[in-house]
Amino acid sequence: MSTTTVSATTKWWSGGKSPFNVEYGKLMMWYFLISDAFTFGAFLISYGTIRFSSTGWPDPNKVFSSYPFMPEGAHAPLVFVSIMTFILILSSVTMVLAVHGGHQMNKKAVVTNLILTILGGLAFLSCQAWEWTHLHHEGAWWGSNPFLNADGTQSSTNFTNYFFTITGFHGFHVFSGVIINIVMLIMTLNNVFEKRGHYLMIEKAGLYWHFVDLVWVFVFTCFYLI
Amino acid sequence: MEQSHALHIENHGGGKKEIINVTIILSVLTIIELALGFWLMSITNETIRLTIKGVIVILMLSKAFYIVAYFMHLKHEIRNMIMTIVVPLLLFVWFIIAFLTDGNSYKNLRNTYDPYKKERSTEKVEKKEAVKEIKKAE
Repeated sequence: MSTTTVSATTKWWSGGKSPFNVEYGKLMMWYFLISDAFTFGAFLISYGTIRFSSTGWPDPNKVFSSYPFMPEGAHAPLVFVSIMTFILILSSVTMVLAVHGGHQMNKKAVVTNLILTILGGLAFLSCQAWEWTHLHHEGAWWGSNPFLNADGTQSSTNFTNYFFTITGFHGFHVFSGVIINIVMLIMTLNNVFEKRGHYLMIEKAGLYWHFVDLVWVFVFTCFYLI
Repeated sequence: MEQSHALHIENHGGGKKEIINVTIILSVLTIIELALGFWLMSITNETIRLTIKGVIVILMLSKAFYIVAYFMHLKHEIRNMIMTIVVPLLLFVWFIIAFLTDGNSYKNLRNTYDPYKKERSTEKVEKKEAVKEIKKAE
């Protein structure tokens, strides 16, 4: 009875084709990203658990209130990190445009947008390097926390440990994303995808890059805003 | 390979216009988040603070949705594909509730049964140490 109605639609599980309607490599990239999401999720939830179990926590607006070349004595919470956030969002947009160019077999669009994405990634990494250096000069590092809790009580080193571990792990992802994108750029310039007849590889690199942006949405909210 | 390429063309999605729309939505959501973050600084009432933080978390989740659905293209994949990604992620619901509750319960138990710890954690300390560190940096 049901066969008559089903025959009109595609039978995804009857064999001979991918039941997910995607190419193997892309599916595996998705599965890798799920595992990576659980790694980041475990980090962030561990951070949340410790924060919920602590009686006090430093005020992020006091800790992260600086930016490069800032005039002496100025207090500018959230400014620098908003710039970092927008850099990453914009680099994600140029990555989508690169993937979009790949769909249309437009090599020039792919190259331009990949270069912009790489520049965005490098800009983000530079910002993070500056911020880490600045915090390190203030005496913050793994195992050392110069900041007091928001209510003026003594803070533990949990705050800096989690901050450096999680932003460091995210920064490492951005770094590997930049490397992947540089490899993609070289392959595009060598006409590898042109000869292959499709730019599906750019999509996989794109998935990874968007994931990096996605993780930053969570890291940014959990460490700087809340 | 031929086949997967051919299949791929079916699920392109909205194209350039969609990219621009999503970019605008993400930027606006980020600006609202930042505005709430600035507002949060001037508020001392714990209930209002928690409410704002809740709104920020909701905005964060909607940003995550837009990135995954449109930039990562998941919304334009077929249902089988969406389910294989989204269903495992539902574990996070348990994960977050269980662990955050546990952390909170640990704090309450310690504050109830460990008076020494409670006393130490409410002791105000001199800002001296922190000021010294900042001076060293300058």
